[in-house]
Amino acid sequence: MSDLIEFKHVSFSYHQMEEEAEPIPVLHDVNLSVKKGEFVAVLGHNGSGKSTLAKHINAILQPSEGVVYVDAIDTRDDNMIFEIRQHVGMVFQNPDNQIVATIVEEDVAFALENLGVEPKEIRKRVDAALKGVGMFAYREHAPHQLSGGQKQRVAIAGIIAMNPDCIVLDEPTAMLDPHGRREVLKTIQRLNKEHGTTVILITHFMDEAASADRVVVVDGGKVLMDDVPKAVFLQVERMKEIGLDVPQVTELAYELNKAGVPFAPDVLTVEEFAAEFKRMMEA
Amino acid sequence: MLSDITIGQFFPGKSIVHRIDPRAKILLVLAFIIVLFIVRNPVSFLLIAVFLIGAYIVAKIPANAIWRGVKPILPLIVFTSILNLFFVDGEPLVHWWIFKITAEGISVAVLMAIRIVCLIIGSLLLTYTTSPIALTDAIERLLKPLKVIRFPVHEMAMMMTIALRFIPTLLEETDKIMSAQKARGADLETGSIVKRAKALIPILIPLFVSAFRRAEDLALAMECRCYRGGEGRTRMKQLYFSRLDAAAASVTGVLFAAAILMDIFLPKFI
Repeated sequence: MSDLIEFKHVSFSYHQMEEEAEPIPVLHDVNLSVKKGEFVAVLGHNGSGKSTLAKHINAILQPSEGVVYVDAIDTRDDNMIFEIRQHVGMVFQNPDNQIVATIVEEDVAFALENLGVEPKEIRKRVDAALKGVGMFAYREHAPHQLSGGQKQRVAIAGIIAMNPDCIVLDEPTAMLDPHGRREVLKTIQRLNKEHGTTVILITHFMDEAASADRVVVVDGGKVLMDDVPKAVFLQVERMKEIGLDVPQVTELAYELNKAGVPFAPDVLTVEEFAAEFKRMMEA
Repeated sequence: MLSDITIGQFFPGKSIVHRIDPRAKILLVLAFIIVLFIVRNPVSFLLIAVFLIGAYIVAKIPANAIWRGVKPILPLIVFTSILNLFFVDGEPLVHWWIFKITAEGISVAVLMAIRIVCLIIGSLLLTYTTSPIALTDAIERLLKPLKVIRFPVHEMAMMMTIALRFIPTLLEETDKIMSAQKARGADLETGSIVKRAKALIPILIPLFVSAFRRAEDLALAMECRCYRGGEGRTRMKQLYFSRLDAAAASVTGVLFAAAILMDIFLPKFI
């Protein structure tokens, strides 16, 4: 499979308002590639540069040094910006601040209207997108009548209506209650599995990251780890050092191991833990 | 508390009045206002009143909604009536000190009162039966010709849509900030007007800061969804003038013509 997104030696600094002030460096020499259809989780604490990284993927920000390619298009090419944004959709943290229209279906149609798609085609794609996120029954509701999880699913529908190859989600569940989180996560996973959409999920929640194909850990503007979830979360000490957690069951297994209990440390989910616990009891 | 405020006063429904194209409705209301200011005889006004009441019945708008709409402007009606009553020249009927009431004065006062009431009831029918979003849409399309003189029609409509979208969000936020400030001991309900106005500052400042933050987020989200102004934009929902609109336009057209014709032959208020 070819790489859909490729970061090559990307550095980025924010310029401050005052002319003479030093620019603030955020990303340092980031190298990263994402294949079509992958589910990548990006972890990092606040200020690690993970949101800045995300904004490079759809040309909201352009690298100060290095190159970002999206489907082999250089994001510094200003003529291709809308092409890139059709390829890569982005969902943000606060569901209230990304819904434009006063009716759900009108909001889902927003991107397609901007792109100048034929009205009949818009109707078709809006209906499909709303069905895809399970919000078709709410198509005529006003956004403020919906719960946080439902609003976030509408925002996702607004993106998938564009038929993007890739969706970048910047902490989409941070403001939601557990129920809303589950809804949104399920929607994202289904998109990845059934439609083959590439997903880049930036998150604080370790259990969300555990279900990804790959976990990228960002700290201080650098990519620290880039591996399958098991390989990343097994490095419990290192994760703690940079201020990140590992899934609770992984930490428990790690502590058991440290205490001398013969317990396999590579468990990420409650189910895996239960199976391992059963094996240990029987042994 | 604040969330009780309803935006516009739209009564959702599926009646004929609801289904008329919003552009047609706006144009008909404009024509209605013009007719109101042309006709000056009681029979024409009676005709118009019957028509209005009929439209409200068809649209199934509750009668107290009419009263709620007229109530706020009652002082205005009383005020203009009094002015007309005393300051229109003519044969005095009653004369006392510097005050005199003339027959013409009474006629003008009654005429103006009826006009204002009809005006309010007629335009309320538009907002009662058309959703704010449909109204914005219709205004955008009706004003489209103004693009020629570089009037930013699309931008204006977009601003109206976003304002409508964020009114409930910001109301909710205001409620939260008020609770937060009350929890910190803010006193919003007692004291002189000046003191109460000052007490609003700790509510308005966080509200403004948050509104700007929201605006920034929204702009980013719009950019991510390829927003680039009105150029080359299409719309999912198309508006079509239907046979219903033609029928509505003919019925009201005949009615308005009748009202004006009667005005030519019948005795007038003034």
